Amino acid sequence: MSALIDDLLAGKHRALARVISRIENRQPGYRDLVSQLHDHTGSADIIGITGSPGAGKSTLVDKLAATYRDRGLTVGVIAIDPASPFTGGAVLGDRIRMASNIGDMDVFFRSMSARGTLGGLSTATTDAVKALDAFGKDRIIIETVGAGQNEIDIVKTADTVGVLVPPGSGDDVQMLKAGILEIADIFVVNKADLDGADRTVQELQEMLQYQDGGVPGTTGHHGTGDEFTGADPTGPGAGGGTDHGEAETEAEAEGETNAKSEGWFPPVVETVAKDEEGIEDVLGVLADHREYLTSSGEQTRRRQTRYAEEIRTLVQEDVNELVAEEIDRQGGLEGFVEEILAKERDPYEITDQLLDPIQECVDERAGTD
Amino acid sequence: MDTKEDQRAIRCLVAKVGLDGHDRGAHVISRAFRDAGFEVIYSGLHRAPEEIVQAAVQEDVDVLGISILSGAHDALVPEIIDGLKQYDAFEDTLILVGGIIPDDDERDLKELGVTQVFGPGASMEEMIEFVRENAPERDPSV
Repeated sequence: MSALIDDLLAGKHRALARVISRIENRQPGYRDLVSQLHDHTGSADIIGITGSPGAGKSTLVDKLAATYRDRGLTVGVIAIDPASPFTGGAVLGDRIRMASNIGDMDVFFRSMSARGTLGGLSTATTDAVKALDAFGKDRIIIETVGAGQNEIDIVKTADTVGVLVPPGSGDDVQMLKAGILEIADIFVVNKADLDGADRTVQELQEMLQYQDGGVPGTTGHHGTGDEFTGADPTGPGAGGGTDHGEAETEAEAEGETNAKSEGWFPPVVETVAKDEEGIEDVLGVLADHREYLTSSGEQTRRRQTRYAEEIRTLVQEDVNELVAEEIDRQGGLEGFVEEILAKERDPYEITDQLLDPIQECVDERAGTD
Repeated sequence: MDTKEDQRAIRCLVAKVGLDGHDRGAHVISRAFRDAGFEVIYSGLHRAPEEIVQAAVQEDVDVLGISILSGAHDALVPEIIDGLKQYDAFEDTLILVGGIIPDDDERDLKELGVTQVFGPGASMEEMIEFVRENAPERDPSV
């Protein structure tokens, strides 16, 4: 075991910070570090918070962290901000809002930038969460702007996902249609003191019921916030009544971390995070959801799919690397591009040629089995 | 995409400490650093030294840039440096101070461990170049 990991497990903040840097930088040897961490993980509750810019994520996270601290729990926060696609630079501003946890080292707050790695960000986040978990944090919060698939992949690494919706604009509810609606375990209408909050809550609830209405006759109409555990999550009824558009997404989501699975109807909670209003309600729902995850066996299912997803991502990364080496070995892409431009060959042909050695190996192994 | 490639970016904390509320310079520098490809964490105004220490340690920054225009640098900077030492974060953090610092004080700050002091008139290019050249090399085995 490396000295760095020993220090991390012994509770040294510097070591934890350094391990996360290694993970972010993909420095040589980071994988060994993460492997060593794996045994020590599994005790933290992982919460993902997402929402549009300005929804109040950082402020809410700050208050949640402060309340957890009041209850004697330790907290880790990973806040992800976008990076410039041109320079790779970033201003990571979420820390400014962490005003309630001044000088409290037991809130470990780490800013991460989306460094333009396709898919790599979710790997880095997953690994950084492992570091915080192994360090002994009781609650880990991942905060990210919910703007695209990348971000959705990130929050899916959490046990419980909270989606923040600012009041008053139809556009934000429009955004929810793009896939965030399905991943939320709790909706938080923050800035509830602003005009239009009631309407936003109502719209959200309607939309959730509409979505829920995609499976009429199977689960019935369960009340908001009530736990419903009667339905068989994979039962034939679940697909039976769905000829609406949701049928496809439901089917796709099966086997994935589908936050809105049967038995949990995401409540809509109103907060004014800056005045600490509604924080207890949010924490209550988070605790309920945790309880639900354990009692329904959903936790195990989620972990299974999460690890499967993790393996898939890592395999993809490694395969990409192998392929990059092979491309270099065959002289780089430029020559091939010229051939394509001159209409001598086409991209499919080139791809076949590049992947040929890998294909051969796979075929060979298939033959020997 | 080659994932083996080291994706290291220079991380900087731009810190406003104490009671001075002049943050235009800190904003301009944050932005210039960002455009230079650095990852910048901006502390926000009116931070206490222990907050800066907390941020520098947790964010594992390569560079700590402290902006002080209040004249309290002789009290605040030593506190920050002591804090960094307490968490073993002093040795490999490049510490810069920006602001209006008298020459005598500049000498004292440098003795404490501040690498460079930038006064009025320092150019962005100069600072970015300085950071690029002096950002500490991290020993990969530690």
